[in-house]
Amino acid sequence: MSEAIKIRAQIQGETTDIRVLMQHPMETGQRKDDKGLTLPVHFIQTFTVSLNGKPMVEGQLNTSVSKNPLFTFKARGIKPGDKLSVAWSDNTGARRQDEITLS
Amino acid sequence: MNPLRRKLLGGSASAALLAPLIGSGLLVPGRVLAADWNRSAFTARSMGDALKAYGSAAAAETRDIVINAPEIAENGAKVEIEISSNLANTRSLAIFGDKNPMPLCATLDFLPPALPFARVQLKLAESTRLRVVAKTADGKSHVAFRDVKVTLGGCGG
Repeated sequence: MSEAIKIRAQIQGETTDIRVLMQHPMETGQRKDDKGLTLPVHFIQTFTVSLNGKPMVEGQLNTSVSKNPLFTFKARGIKPGDKLSVAWSDNTGARRQDEITLS
Repeated sequence: MNPLRRKLLGGSASAALLAPLIGSGLLVPGRVLAADWNRSAFTARSMGDALKAYGSAAAAETRDIVINAPEIAENGAKVEIEISSNLANTRSLAIFGDKNPMPLCATLDFLPPALPFARVQLKLAESTRLRVVAKTADGKSHVAFRDVKVTLGGCGG
């Protein structure tokens, strides 16, 4: 169904940049298609970024976050071998979770 | 692709068929979604109501929240902003767009070892003032502002 979450981490000494791309239409419920029908609202409401299974960033979103939301976060003291996972759920109840292991 | 939606787009369905579809799209998720989505804050239509629902009606202005945003954004559908807090013990950051139909855009809670920093892409309906509210461990709210001019709104279609 939904496409994989892309997670990238760049360790730069003590701090690590974490980029998360959640592929999602983030439909506002205000747009109309070319027939004039309103496209139903469809957006990610909550997501969690976890380090080794422990939540580190918990986000809640509105329809006003762009399509295919891309986030960058920063964290301290992340090491190769650590596991980063991201999970989201949207207003239709759909969910997606993906994980990477840092090299 | 949802076949029902295909059919609707093809124009072969009546409005009577459409009504329950829209109804289900709006109402069912309310029961299904995780209990923690702050519905009252996110669906508030005015800045005052949104701030109150988020529990930050009495935020003090500070220079310790940094907002990096383009002065002029050509495409309101994707305006990248960078926010961070230099306040000690920042627990969360929330982003509001004054002139968006629903001002509250996103809330982010940070737990160690995450730093109170985020780069986010927003839809902005029109030129607006952005405000970022930081909550600290002592329960206090702090706020900073930044104006963004938008040449093409990110809401319509």
